[in-house]
Amino acid sequence: MYQLGNLVKELSDRHGRARESLMPILQGIVMKHNYLTDEAMVEVAKELDISAAEVYGTASFYTFLDTKVRGKYVIRVCKTITCSMKGKGEIIQVLEDMLKIKVGETTSDRQFSLIETNCIGWCHKAPAMLINEMPYTELTTEKVVEIIKGYMQKK
Amino acid sequence: MENKGLNKVDLIFEKIDPKEVLTKAYKISPDTIIQQILDSGLKGRGGAGFPTGLKWKYTAAVKEPDKYVVCNADEGEPGTFKDREILDRVAYKVYGGMVIAGKAIGAKKGIVYLRGEYRFLLPQLMKELESFHKMIKQIGYDFNISYCMGSGAYICGEESALFESIEGGRGEPRNKPPYPTTSGVFSKPTSINNVETLVTAMMILTHGPESYSQLGTKDSRGSKVFSISGDTPTPGIFELELGMSVQEFVNEFGDGDTKAVQVGGASGFCVPRKKFGNTIIGFEGVPTGGSMKLFNSSRSMYNVLHNYLDFFAEESCGQCTPCRVGCQQLLKGVEKVKKGEVKSTYLNELMKLADTMKVASKCGLGQSVGNAFRTIVENFREEIIY
Repeated sequence: MYQLGNLVKELSDRHGRARESLMPILQGIVMKHNYLTDEAMVEVAKELDISAAEVYGTASFYTFLDTKVRGKYVIRVCKTITCSMKGKGEIIQVLEDMLKIKVGETTSDRQFSLIETNCIGWCHKAPAMLINEMPYTELTTEKVVEIIKGYMQKK
Repeated sequence: MENKGLNKVDLIFEKIDPKEVLTKAYKISPDTIIQQILDSGLKGRGGAGFPTGLKWKYTAAVKEPDKYVVCNADEGEPGTFKDREILDRVAYKVYGGMVIAGKAIGAKKGIVYLRGEYRFLLPQLMKELESFHKMIKQIGYDFNISYCMGSGAYICGEESALFESIEGGRGEPRNKPPYPTTSGVFSKPTSINNVETLVTAMMILTHGPESYSQLGTKDSRGSKVFSISGDTPTPGIFELELGMSVQEFVNEFGDGDTKAVQVGGASGFCVPRKKFGNTIIGFEGVPTGGSMKLFNSSRSMYNVLHNYLDFFAEESCGQCTPCRVGCQQLLKGVEKVKKGEVKSTYLNELMKLADTMKVASKCGLGQSVGNAFRTIVENFREEIIY
């Protein structure tokens, strides 16, 4: 759980309160808090004067609008065919070992979530992953260790 | 069969002076712009290949003050990454294409729908957009472009699902008709074009339709940016003239051991080695939005098919039954065949299911799952079974 504070209001002031403002508002919450809580979705519904079911309906459709607890850094490893052929398996393995979680899980300190995702558009530099919005490409196990160490020091 | 061979082209990434081209476009009539695009023979570069000139003509014909130009930058097809590269390197040409489309159809608003996976590009794109807006204002255009971000849904590349997403809803495709040309985003007449199509349109206005239509074949005019990946020594982005055979393509990009090329991504067609010579890459043969994946003989085509089916089962929006259930059953079905839980003839039943999905699914996703399924199963049946 996180404290929403005035975020929903701020985002609504910036993006408006029309139906089409919903996506940017939800995206804004996820950028700040990594996922959407029920409370956040209810708050957005109130602010836009629509049903909470509508908000949940939209949110639950999109894989980047998580409604499950996610860490500060969401690691999305591409699992589509080229990345899969070029060593996605080893990348997942080293991430699981380092973070001591399995695919789909979040570390207990809520810093990292590890998930697999569909094609992220870096097939020519496979294997690839996203950490939040930042792409990392031509991954090797050594490179992944360095990248994750960097993020671990950030917290 | 017209065969142009493999020729590298430099149009999409060619440096031009956008102000000069847009000033020229400002002075000519919408009808002239549309006629030039029609004469060029340009077909949409996202994959479906609808003639761009016709799309603009139909949208222009609707009498309605409020119209939109939407740039489809929801590049999600596995194996496609050209639009990211185009936006990264020549965003001003994408914006330029939108302004030209706007002038042609009579729209003052443009929206770029960018996939969430490319959000890291946004700050740079917005900065370029700011100076672009200033430049077109100087010329005299009344046109404004804004961004709308996706959030990780392949289906939103389907035009009507994309509109739903812009409007803040679930990205579920609409029934057609009405088509976007009469009722698109916010139910207004909309011309929705792929990133590369818009850049190509700008280049047609730069060089003239005659010179453009000399490239390519009767059915596939011009050149195309290909996203090349898989078992190749030279993965990356290459702009090539349309009308080459798969064999010529493989000679250039293969690793000497290519057994199959998947043309057009997961929703495209698998071309096996024996058909390389007589298959043309283009609308007369195998069409592609640019995705070209090479597989060498060390790869299991079962794994390729399984990966695609898993992709579709996840990305089907679930709205219509043929696609929702069909994707899942094809996936389960090939797993069962592989494990030997059912006879190999079960593949024939699955083939019928794929055919049903083609006719009964609501949108292009469900309709095209059968492309890869049929072409992989037909050509590599033994790899699926054993």
